[in-house]
Amino acid sequence: MEFFLQLLVNGISLGFLYSLSALGFVMIFKSSSVLNLAHGELLAIGAFLFLAISTWAQLPIWLSFALTLVGTFLLGFIVERFFLRPLIGEDLIQVIMLTLGLGIMFKGLLLFVFGGDIHEYRTFLPEGLSLDLGIVRIPSVNVATFIIGILFLILFGFFFKYSSQGIYMRSVADNQSAALSLGVHVRRVFALSWAIAFIVAAMSGIVLGIINGINVHELSAIGLKVFPVVILGGLDSIGGAILGGIIIGLLETFTGGYISTSLREIIPYIVLIIILMVKPYGLFGLVEIERV
Amino acid sequence: MLNFLQSAGQGGGGKKKVQFMENDTRLQINNISVVYSDVIQVLKGVSLTIKKGQVVSLLGSNGAGKTTTLKAISGLLKPENGKVTEGYIEYDGESIQNSSPEDITRKGIIQVLEGRQEFKYLTVEENLRVGTATRWGKPYQKDLGLVYNYFPALLARKKALAGYCSGGELQMLVIGRALMAHPQLLLLDEPSLGLAPLLVKEIFQIIKRINQEQEATLMVVEQNANMALQIAHYGYVMENGKIVLESEAAELRENPDVKEFYLGTAASGALKSYKDVKAYKRRKRWL
Repeated sequence: MEFFLQLLVNGISLGFLYSLSALGFVMIFKSSSVLNLAHGELLAIGAFLFLAISTWAQLPIWLSFALTLVGTFLLGFIVERFFLRPLIGEDLIQVIMLTLGLGIMFKGLLLFVFGGDIHEYRTFLPEGLSLDLGIVRIPSVNVATFIIGILFLILFGFFFKYSSQGIYMRSVADNQSAALSLGVHVRRVFALSWAIAFIVAAMSGIVLGIINGINVHELSAIGLKVFPVVILGGLDSIGGAILGGIIIGLLETFTGGYISTSLREIIPYIVLIIILMVKPYGLFGLVEIERV
Repeated sequence: MLNFLQSAGQGGGGKKKVQFMENDTRLQINNISVVYSDVIQVLKGVSLTIKKGQVVSLLGSNGAGKTTTLKAISGLLKPENGKVTEGYIEYDGESIQNSSPEDITRKGIIQVLEGRQEFKYLTVEENLRVGTATRWGKPYQKDLGLVYNYFPALLARKKALAGYCSGGELQMLVIGRALMAHPQLLLLDEPSLGLAPLLVKEIFQIIKRINQEQEATLMVVEQNANMALQIAHYGYVMENGKIVLESEAAELRENPDVKEFYLGTAASGALKSYKDVKAYKRRKRWL
């Protein structure tokens, strides 16, 4: 029982991480139909930026956190402006290939600057953050993950449901030419979706860095995990990304705990294949509305 | 035929006309040509004028270039690889043929696209809110009330996904959505498309009210010439990328050619044979 609960807690908090990371991916896909193959590198960029600011420059944690948020947000705008905007109007496959190239470039730059070793943040999470529930003890990292995860998910939920800019973003995803005819700034929407994707990727990158240490190869490989998550949840569904993330997180930890640790890494992809066969739109993906 | 001769002579006298242009002119299109993908020429020298506060209707058969004319005004040609290669478009005296759709909509020109391009996965009210994009951050509650006042049917459906609305509701939705933008010049592309006759009548009455109550200038592209000419002050007829006829709407309604081709109410009552139609068109071109 104890073991089960421990796995449950670990699984959910890992799941929140995947959800956050997938959120950024879904954001870009929803607004511009681009599959961002550089997503893992976005995670790594966020994690290393935080490393540079907090551990090397020794700035206070809250300040480094804020600076990382602002930095990745701006970086998102810059990347969109210089690499993706010139390709607006080109075929999607070209844009997707561009993201593949971007990923390789980012990875190379990070390797060049930080090297391929495992780095570590200085410990900054207060021990008091950990929760002792009698049978299970939840370490402070997991508690932090919960808090960050829930905070961001609620924030984005409200943003897309109620704020004007969020509704404009959804309108572009829905019908681009109609959005254009009403004066929605489509290029701004694309830029904003990249900036937000950078931020949420950075968040999950930082937390993963706290748990596993910061390594370019490892972090960018985790980016691949967004594929099972978003395919499970539905490529264009934000709620789906969240639930998909949690399901994949739980699956991983339970497989690792009860069956075998080596199966742990491939179970998400097995799920991916099964989901593609039985429910290609994903659990919550949009099925084309067709009025007859 | 006098009207026709006037319009034919307009292309050459364009420069002069600018001098005489009074400030009650909202939009002035002067001899524009539009080419898609650098090869397909759709408009071949179209000129027209829209005066402030007027309803202008643009008639013509399929493929005449009506929609392209609207898109040339609203700037939506560019994403479709179309270009204004000759002539110019002036809105309130400012040249706009090279402006981006974002800039043009912010000047108050809003196009309602053909075929009810709703946002399927947004609710009715969210659809309306997208109409506020040109004045992001300003309050919009009053405008929502205004739109619901024109279209009470939308109020009852405000929480429904637009994808599940009926054709009539959607037509109201897209007009209402455009109203949210406070349009100075509203371009309507076939508002009657696929609607039942009674609903068409209702929509056109509301269009007329919008023109009178919101002081919006309107340009209506229509196949339903009868309806369009009833609410319009002025009308143009297009054929093969050119304006072939223009006059006051009342006059246009009485014009035997328009009666014959667009209203279906020829004097004799009998349909002319296709041979005669061809002859008519040929005569027209030689003029």
